[in-house]
Amino acid sequence: MDAITGKELILACSAIGAGLAMIAGIGAGIGQGYAAGKGAEAVGKQPEAQGEIIKTMLLGAAVAETTGIYGLIIALILLFANPFV
Amino acid sequence: MEGGFGARIVFTLPGGIPVTETVTTTWIIMAVLIGCSYVFTRNFKKIPKGMQNFIEVLVNGIYNFTEQTMGQDKIGFAPYIGTIIIYIGFSNLSGLFGFRPPTADVNTTLGLSMITFFMIHGFGMKKKGVGTYLKGFTEPFWIMTPLNVIGELATPISLAFRLFGNIVGGTIIMGLLYGALAAFSTKLGITIPILQAAIPVPLHLYFDVFAGLLQSFIFTILTMVSVSMAMD
Repeated sequence: MDAITGKELILACSAIGAGLAMIAGIGAGIGQGYAAGKGAEAVGKQPEAQGEIIKTMLLGAAVAETTGIYGLIIALILLFANPFV
Repeated sequence: MEGGFGARIVFTLPGGIPVTETVTTTWIIMAVLIGCSYVFTRNFKKIPKGMQNFIEVLVNGIYNFTEQTMGQDKIGFAPYIGTIIIYIGFSNLSGLFGFRPPTADVNTTLGLSMITFFMIHGFGMKKKGVGTYLKGFTEPFWIMTPLNVIGELATPISLAFRLFGNIVGGTIIMGLLYGALAAFSTKLGITIPILQAAIPVPLHLYFDVFAGLLQSFIFTILTMVSVSMAMD
């Protein structure tokens, strides 16, 4: 078995780091689920305001998604534009 | 995955300036939008028919949307809002035609969000006066100033990365799926990647049509909210 070079070690650790960065998806998932749940609750209370509720809910879900997207960008940088190599 | 998922360089201008796929796709979208606006807005009639109906509904919708979100006094932003929502919508949908969406490049999205950034601060200063505007950063206490400044600087970055991350994530998943389907077809002994025919359709519907249109809507609505908050 060949010895592991420094570059290979960095690449391997970057791949692990990319996987760990995607844990950020949990927060976005919880946030979006909360937004959707509250949206469903609001439609149940006030079915006539459905259009407005959906608009607000989508906006809130997109904002909640941002942290997950940051994690995705970190993972993409580690995989495709690695600053350490 | 040679070369990763970055934008391809199509040709290099004399002087060594690379022109990427992002720029050429933007040119195509610009040509389509200019062509459509020229063709559809010629000889308007008093009584609309055909395409004119659709255009009137679209323009009215954008004006109503702006009025609802920003208020009656800021209706003058409607042309800009309409332009960015149509441009980002077309950019995101261009993935359906086999292009790499221009919004899957951080340069495009950061450029768009810098426009929003300068609009927020420019119109804020114009409306409130420079002194009052700058004083707004020290609220509620003077000690909050660094936090307020960082918060203002984070707005364009979060806008840009939200759009970029969504579109590039979709592009990468579609690329992986197409690659896997091609490899699987080869494994089955078919030289033409026949499996690529119908299987990606639901993913295209989600990533290009649903997420793309939703993100263009989100980008514009956040722009409108930030600008009108800075002006109030």
